[in-house]
Amino acid sequence: AEVVLDDDREDLFAEATEEVSLDSPEREPILSSEPSPAVTPVTPTTLIAPRIESKSLSAPVIFDRSREEIEEEANGDVFDIEIGVSDPEKVGDGMNAYMAYRVTTKTSLSMFSKSEFSVKRRFSDFLGLHSKLASKYLHVGYIVPPAPEKSIVGMTKVKVGKEDSSSTEFVEKRRAALERYLQRTVKHPTLLQDPDLRQFLESSELPRAVNTQALSGAGILRMVNKAADAVNKMTIKMNESDAWFEEKQQQFENLDQQLRKLHASVEALVCHRKELSANTAAFAKSAAMLGNSEDHTALSRALSQLAEVEEKIDQLHQEQAFADFYMFSELLSDYIRLIAAVKGVFDHRMKCWQKWEDAQITLLKKRETEAKMMVANKPDKIQQAKNEIREWEAKVQQGERDFEQISKTIRKEVGRFEKERVKDFKTVIIKYLESLVQTQQQLIKYWEAFLPEAKAIA
Amino acid sequence: MMEGLDDGPDFLSEEDRGLKAINVDLQSDAALQVDISDALSERDKVKFTVHTKSSLPNFKQNEFSVVRQHEEFIWLHDSFIENEDYAGYIIPPAPPRPDFDASREKLQKLGEGEGSMTKEEFTKMKQELEAEYLAIFKKTVAMHEVFLCRVAAHPILRKDLNFHVFLEYNQDLSVRGKNKKEKLEDFFKNMVKSADGVIVSGVKDVDDFFEHERTFLLEYHNRVKDASAKSDRMTRSHKSAADDYNRIGSSLYALGTQDSTDICKFFLKVSELFDKTRKIEARVSADEDLKLSDLLKYYLRESQAAKDLLYRRSRSLVDYENANKALDKARAKNKDVLQAETSQQLCCQKFEKISESAKQELIDFKTRRVAAFRKNLVELAELELKHAKVSFVT
Repeated sequence: AEVVLDDDREDLFAEATEEVSLDSPEREPILSSEPSPAVTPVTPTTLIAPRIESKSLSAPVIFDRSREEIEEEANGDVFDIEIGVSDPEKVGDGMNAYMAYRVTTKTSLSMFSKSEFSVKRRFSDFLGLHSKLASKYLHVGYIVPPAPEKSIVGMTKVKVGKEDSSSTEFVEKRRAALERYLQRTVKHPTLLQDPDLRQFLESSELPRAVNTQALSGAGILRMVNKAADAVNKMTIKMNESDAWFEEKQQQFENLDQQLRKLHASVEALVCHRKELSANTAAFAKSAAMLGNSEDHTALSRALSQLAEVEEKIDQLHQEQAFADFYMFSELLSDYIRLIAAVKGVFDHRMKCWQKWEDAQITLLKKRETEAKMMVANKPDKIQQAKNEIREWEAKVQQGERDFEQISKTIRKEVGRFEKERVKDFKTVIIKYLESLVQTQQQLIKYWEAFLPEAKAIA
Repeated sequence: MMEGLDDGPDFLSEEDRGLKAINVDLQSDAALQVDISDALSERDKVKFTVHTKSSLPNFKQNEFSVVRQHEEFIWLHDSFIENEDYAGYIIPPAPPRPDFDASREKLQKLGEGEGSMTKEEFTKMKQELEAEYLAIFKKTVAMHEVFLCRVAAHPILRKDLNFHVFLEYNQDLSVRGKNKKEKLEDFFKNMVKSADGVIVSGVKDVDDFFEHERTFLLEYHNRVKDASAKSDRMTRSHKSAADDYNRIGSSLYALGTQDSTDICKFFLKVSELFDKTRKIEARVSADEDLKLSDLLKYYLRESQAAKDLLYRRSRSLVDYENANKALDKARAKNKDVLQAETSQQLCCQKFEKISESAKQELIDFKTRRVAAFRKNLVELAELELKHAKVSFVT
C-alpha cells in the first residue's frame, strides 16, 4: 500500500506542472477520466473525475471507484459497493413534514439479494443506523463514521415550506453529507457485514428510530452520559505501557487543532467568494448603465461588453464558491468529526483498561479477605472467599483479553483510518485545485473576447 | 514598526514612473514638462518633489525642483476656481488627500497581534501590508502628478502666475489649511451654489450643444458615481479572498510540517500552490483597483468639474438675461441707461467668452475621456489575461 502512495504523489504533480492553455493537447487527458499519458503507468488512478456540471445544483461525486480499489481487492479489501443518495422529496406538511431521500445501492456482493436496489429513507433513519452501529462497535475499538449533524433551524425552514435558495442549499448540503456518510460506512469491512446496515440499505420498510430526536428522553440521556464520560476521562490516570498509543493520541490532538483552523479559513473564503460574486454582479449592472449613458458609440459598446464579461465572471465566482464549499470545506468538517470519533475510541480503550484495573484491585481485596478468613478460621467464609476469588480471576482474565483486543482493533483501525484519510485528502484537494485551474481557463476565454472590443474604441 | 516606512527611500523607481498618467492621456511638449520625481512619507504628511523642465522665458532656470505638500496643491486648485478669468474652463479636479489611516491601522493591529500567529504567517502579512501601504503611496503620488500635468497641458492655465510660483518658489508657500471659520464659509458657499444650480438649470438653453451636454453630464456623473462605488466594493472583496488564501496556505503549511510522511509533503506542496494563487489574486485585485476603480473615481471628479463649468456658464447666461431686462427697464424709465448698457455689455462679453471656451473644453473632455477609458480597459484586459495565464508551475 505504501508503494501506491509514493507513485501517487509523483504522478499528481507531473500533471499539475503542465501549463494548460485552451488549446493545449494536455488539456484533454486532464479533463477526461482516463489515466493521463503524462503519468508513468505503474499505478493509474482516476483522480480526475468529470467536470462539475455548472447548471445543476449538485455536489460532486467524491468517491469515484478508482483503479486503486480494484487493486486493493487483491489485498483482501473488497469495495464492490456503490451508494448514492438522491432525489430529496418533501413528504407531508407543516411541522410534521420531512424530507425523504432515495438511497440507491449498486453491488456485486453476494450478501445482498439483488445487485441494484433502492429504498426511501429519512434523516432520522440515518441517525438511527448510526446509533445502532455506534452502540455495537464503538466500545470495542471500531471507528464508526459519525452521521451528519442535525440542524433545527435548517429543517424548520424546509418544513415551513420556504422555497428559497437557502433551503434548497440546505437540502443539497444534507443530501451530499448523507451520501458521504453512507459511503464511508460501507467502506468499513466490519461494518459492511452488520445486519442493521444491510437492513437499512435493503428493506423497504424500516421501524422509525424515535430515540434520535434531540429533545427526546433518549437524547437527554445521551447528553448526560456524554458529560459523565467527560468527567470520568479526567480522573482516569492510565499507565500507558504502549508508547504507540500515547504518540497517536497526541498526533490526533494536533491534527484536530490544525484542521479546525484550516476549516475556519476555508469557511471565510467561501463567505468572501460569495460576497465577491454579489459585488461583481452589482458592478456589472452599474457598468451597463454607464455604457448606456455614454454617448461615444464605440466606448458605449465596450462598456456594455465589460458589463457582460463581469456578469459571466460573477457566474464563475459562484461556481467556485460552490466548489470551495462542497469539496474543501465539507471534507474538513467531515474529518473534524471523524477525529472526534477516533478520540472516542481511544477513550473507550481507557475505560476498558480502567475496568481491568478495577477487577485486579478487587481480586487483590478478595485474596486479602481469604487470607483473613484463613487466619480467623471460618471454613464457610473461606469457601465463599475462594468462590469469589475464582470469579474475579476470571474477570481479570476477561478484562485483560478485552483490553488486548481493543488495543489490537484500534491499531488496525487507526492504520485503516490513516490510509483512508490520505486518499480522501489527496483526491478531494486535487479535484479542488482542478476547479481553480478551470476557473482560470474560463477567465482567459472571457478576457480574450473582450480585448478586441476595448481596442476597437476609436 | 512604522519607523521603517518613515523617511523612506526613493519610492519611485524608474519602472514606477510608468504609473504616471495612468488615468489621463496627455501630450506633454517641451515648452513645459512637470512631474513628481520623488516623494517622502513622514508621520502624517507627504512631501512631493515637483520637478519642472521648461524652455519658457518666464522661469529663471530651465530645470528646477521644489518640495510641496498636499495643502499647497489645494491652494493652487482653489486659486483657479476663484479666478473669474478661468470661469470658462474645466478646472482640473484637485487630487484627494493622501489617506494612509486605514493602512496604518492595519499595520498597528498586526503588530499587536504578533504573538498570536506563527512567525511565518506574521512575516507574510507584514509583507502584504507593506505592499499595500506602498501601493496607496504610489497612487497618491500619481494623482498629484496628474493634476499638475493637466494644468501644464492646458494652453491658458499653464500661464497662470500662481502656477509658476507653485513650481518655482523654493520656499514654503505658507499656505495654511482652512480654519474652522473658513470651512464653515465654504460649506455655506456650497449650499448656495447647489441651490443656485437648481434655479439656474431650470433655464432652458437656446444652444442645442449645451443643452445636450447638460443632460448628458448629469446622467453620466451619477452613473459614474455608482459604478465607482460598486467597483470599489468588488475590488475589496477580491482582496479579502486573497487574504483568505494567505491564511489557508499557512494552515496547510502547518499541517505539512507535522512530520515527514507523504501526506505532509503533499500538504506542503499544496500550501505553496495556495501561496501562488494568493499572489495572483492580490495582483488581480490591485490591477482592477488601478485600471478600473481609479479610472472611474477620476472621471467622477472630472465630470463634476465639467458640470461646474456648465453651471458657471448658465449662471452667466442668467446674469446676461437679467442685465438685458435691467437695460430695458432703464431705457423705459430713461434712468441710468449708460450704467445699464455697460453692465449689459460686460455680461454679454463674459457669457460669450465662457460659451466659446466651454464648447472647446467639453469637446476636449470627451476626447480625453474616450482615450483614457480605451487605454485603461485595454490594459485591464491585458493584465487580467496575463494573470489568468500564470500556471501553477512548481
